Amino acid sequence: MARVLLFGRLGDVAGWREREFESPSIAHLRARLAEEDEALGEALASPGVQVALDQAIVRGDAALTGRSEVAFLPPMSGG
Amino acid sequence: MIRLTDQAFDPGALLTEFCRDRTETGAVATFTGLARAEAGATTTLELEAYPGFTEARIAEHAAAATARFGLQDLVILHRVGKIAPGEPIVFVATAAAHRRAAFEACDFLMDYLKSRAPFWKKETGPDGSRWIEPRDQDHTDLARWET
Repeated sequence: MARVLLFGRLGDVAGWREREFESPSIAHLRARLAEEDEALGEALASPGVQVALDQAIVRGDAALTGRSEVAFLPPMSGG
Repeated sequence: MIRLTDQAFDPGALLTEFCRDRTETGAVATFTGLARAEAGATTTLELEAYPGFTEARIAEHAAAATARFGLQDLVILHRVGKIAPGEPIVFVATAAAHRRAAFEACDFLMDYLKSRAPFWKKETGPDGSRWIEPRDQDHTDLARWET
């Protein structure tokens, strides 16, 4: 089971910021989210959106095993 | 010290505390960022962080600043949640033996916080809300340190 977190504008696009999904990989999870919500799928694929798996940035695909936390991070801006 | 807070803070009190009992420091530099009203266009600023992840990424950059500039100590306090115009959003203080290192480290840390640290910032005003992404100038500012 993966705990999926959406930050910044991604949470506004989806209308949720945290949900649980059963998914074997990040690629599968992306496809599933895009199928369920086309606007979210586009937002997740837009430039500058990074993915963190268990609080570490991952590039490309990765397997989701056990209890994972997957966070989608749009471009960041602080201060 | 690296900390996120959803409470308003007093930069003067933080500076006083940071300077206490320093007999070998020589230089303390600080930066305080305040929320702008943008002539009435912004009534609230909302900052979102990823608890745990945000502090860990900032700590990595603080360690890089400490090594690069030979800092003795630093403080980074960053607001999260809703912030009104005029309130402090971020406070950075650096301590070093001499002023150049303290100034430059403070500048370096702020350039990182503006465009790379895991925060998401939303401005709300009379015309609605929008998420803010780094400006070209923020990327240019950060690129100054990549030599």
